[in-house]
Amino acid sequence: MLFKQRYDQAYRWINERIGLDGIIGFMRKKEVPVSTVSIWYYFGGISLFLFMVQVITGILLLMYYRPGPNSSYESLQFLVSKVHFGWLVRDIHSWSANLMVLCVFIHMFSVFFMKSYRKPREMTWISGMVLLFLVLAFGFSGYLLPWNELAFFATKVGTDMAGSVPLLGDFIVRMVRGGSDVTGATLTHFFGVHVAALPGIFVLVLAFHLFLLQRQGMSKPRAWDKVPESEHKVMPFFPNFVLRELIFWLAALAVINALAVFFPWELGAKADPFAPAPAGIKPEWYFMFMFQTLKMLPSTIGAIEGELVGLALFNLGALVWLALPLWDKWTGVDHPKARWVSAFGGLVVLFIVFMTVLGYVLS
Amino acid sequence: MEKESNSDRRTFLSYFLGGSSLAFLGAVAYPVLKYLTPPAEKDSAVEAVDAGKADEFEKGSGKIVKFGSKPALVVRGADGEFRAFIAVCTHLDCTVQYVPEESVIWCACHNGKYDLNGINISGPPPRPLTPLAVNVQQGVVLISKEA
Repeated sequence: MLFKQRYDQAYRWINERIGLDGIIGFMRKKEVPVSTVSIWYYFGGISLFLFMVQVITGILLLMYYRPGPNSSYESLQFLVSKVHFGWLVRDIHSWSANLMVLCVFIHMFSVFFMKSYRKPREMTWISGMVLLFLVLAFGFSGYLLPWNELAFFATKVGTDMAGSVPLLGDFIVRMVRGGSDVTGATLTHFFGVHVAALPGIFVLVLAFHLFLLQRQGMSKPRAWDKVPESEHKVMPFFPNFVLRELIFWLAALAVINALAVFFPWELGAKADPFAPAPAGIKPEWYFMFMFQTLKMLPSTIGAIEGELVGLALFNLGALVWLALPLWDKWTGVDHPKARWVSAFGGLVVLFIVFMTVLGYVLS
Repeated sequence: MEKESNSDRRTFLSYFLGGSSLAFLGAVAYPVLKYLTPPAEKDSAVEAVDAGKADEFEKGSGKIVKFGSKPALVVRGADGEFRAFIAVCTHLDCTVQYVPEESVIWCACHNGKYDLNGINISGPPPRPLTPLAVNVQQGVVLISKEA
């Protein structure tokens, strides 16, 4: 009873100052479409949750991590073997990062196949794609930080690819690596980018992405175009959708915890720049399809290096994908060509899945 | 007439403001970009490196040694001859190793192979390895840049 009084008092105090009633009223009025595709609406929210997990566990890791070629690996060894729950924090950070990439990909492809990027949501798509690229940059820069053998050579390979860019290649490689080789300077660079630069940029783009979502509301299923408005089923954003979303968040947390406990991430062997590359060098799974494709290309295609051709095609593909709502003019008007866009997306998914599986089977 | 001069003034001011903004951005971006570009390193001024005693190398074996900031691979072939290369794969920068069973130099990252003359023979490497000169003096293997 006393608690209720205090709560009401506090609510009134805040409400008088910032108008909480208005905000909650807005959320109650906001509607979320209910349909057979509703399940896909949750993946953006789950990605957001996983990002929050990343921020919290990342800050915790910072308390013990000491970047440097002579301290990174050692500090993580100390963290996972001596610090209470150190192993858990590190494993949650790694697992949640991987699940976040997965959820972001699912979110992106569900938006693609539901065609939710059509007018007026072009900017939501583009900002979402920028977030996806940032997530991949997070993954790439974070992979090196334990300074182990696998990460060392994967980073050598990954950064060396930039060297094939005509004219600017060497400059980019030097800038990214902080020198001509992968050294302690690269580690410091990646550390700064991973814990300061990327989070800052990410939060800004994310805020814009969420602002657009609030401003425009959730995209309605395409099937509704042909159904009278009276038959559209919706639920209030608050509390109905928010509570459902929270259940997914709890489930995600349970899954991460289980994975962290039963499938811990190995620290591997410490990187040695003067040891030969060990067999089985592979990037994180979400880069596997590119890695495998590049591996299968011949060393030269015509007069050009195979690697360069592959990279140029991947970059072009990313650009086409990023600009999707700008060139797909048919979806909004229910044109038969809209089906070709979906078929193209289907092929892209098949290619990514096939190459990823092939990469693991062949290695 | 007066209106025209007003719009002239406005155009001038717009260009002035736009130009100043660009100059300002340039003045901020230039030092930042320069700062982010690592200073040129002195090319590791190694002349010759002692790779170990010749009789410690068995026939058909290889060893990686430090050559300035780079790894170098010293191989003693089955014929007893010494060869040395910068051990950096010309494909994507991984460190290569000698595989005695196949008598090839192998890069584990993408399965690139070179023969014992450093020539790329299979897989993705586009160019041969950079060779180093080997001199055996008083039983010591010395490797140096080729002249």
